[in-house]
Amino acid sequence: MSPAPEAQHDWLDDDAGPVVRPYTVTGGRVRPVTGGFDLVAFVLAAPGAASSPDAAHLQPEHRAILAMAEDPISVAELSAGLNLVLGVVRVLLGDLLAAGLIAMYEPSTAAHFPEDDVLQAVVNGLRAL
Amino acid sequence: MDSGHSDLDADRQIPLALKILIAGGFGAGKSTLVGAVSEIRPLHTEEVLTHAGVETDSLVGVEGKRTTTVAMDFGRITINEDLQVYLFGTPGQDRFWFLWDELAYGALGAVVLADTRRLADSFPSVDYFERAGIPFVVGVNCFDGARRYTSEAVRQALDLDRDVPVVLCDVRQRQSGKLVLIALVEHVAGYHGHPVPA
Repeated sequence: MSPAPEAQHDWLDDDAGPVVRPYTVTGGRVRPVTGGFDLVAFVLAAPGAASSPDAAHLQPEHRAILAMAEDPISVAELSAGLNLVLGVVRVLLGDLLAAGLIAMYEPSTAAHFPEDDVLQAVVNGLRAL
Repeated sequence: MDSGHSDLDADRQIPLALKILIAGGFGAGKSTLVGAVSEIRPLHTEEVLTHAGVETDSLVGVEGKRTTTVAMDFGRITINEDLQVYLFGTPGQDRFWFLWDELAYGALGAVVLADTRRLADSFPSVDYFERAGIPFVVGVNCFDGARRYTSEAVRQALDLDRDVPVVLCDVRQRQSGKLVLIALVEHVAGYHGHPVPA
């Protein structure tokens, strides 16, 4: 979908803002159909998701998420890697989740109030940096 | 749908992700700290606000502007294969409180960076974390040439509770940034009533 180089205009610099409005990717949808999608929730693509029949009608951005999520990846890192705003990524993740093409792992309550041994491991890990 | 994913759960270990916020006024060194301690080049994510969310903005001169983009920088530290720490720099502008709420949800704790030349800039962050009940430490970023204050003077100026650690630091230095994070995690352990053994 990106324009051919000759179609770019010299008078559009970064100050003009994005040329394509961010939520164009989602067809104007601003809320995901399902899911919470915390910033540090992990996304994992289902095995063979990219080649499954359910994936036939996906947009390139959906496919990019499936490719990045072959190993667990956080929502924040997906947003950064795809250069898409968080809200857009959440809508796309909602589509994929509803289609059964990804599994979501929201942060457990263990992350809110970690056990002592977790905190100790963090301190030890930081000291070892 | 969950049952269909059970085979995934079995052979994939999903790490526990802890979230630490790096707050403070503009120019206090938030991005520098994230960059100094992150194992990855700090990443950049954005959220777009519609005009409804920015009614408090001064719109003078931007009459045509309907949206505002808020940027968040973040980094990551892998402690081990089961445990990752994410560091999120908070958006600098204090009016984006609803984004702070999202960032703060489930956060382990926060570092408030203070620049002694503009100490008042860290008041909103301190207020926020006190009210949200999120444990935090204050990192006094000692810039070259900045007048040095004792941590006690900063504590008094910020009217901090006695148990809030104040750490003098130079966030450009990885070792120094590490010590601030360690102080935070140890404070979190004490905050929840279980001090980390020395």
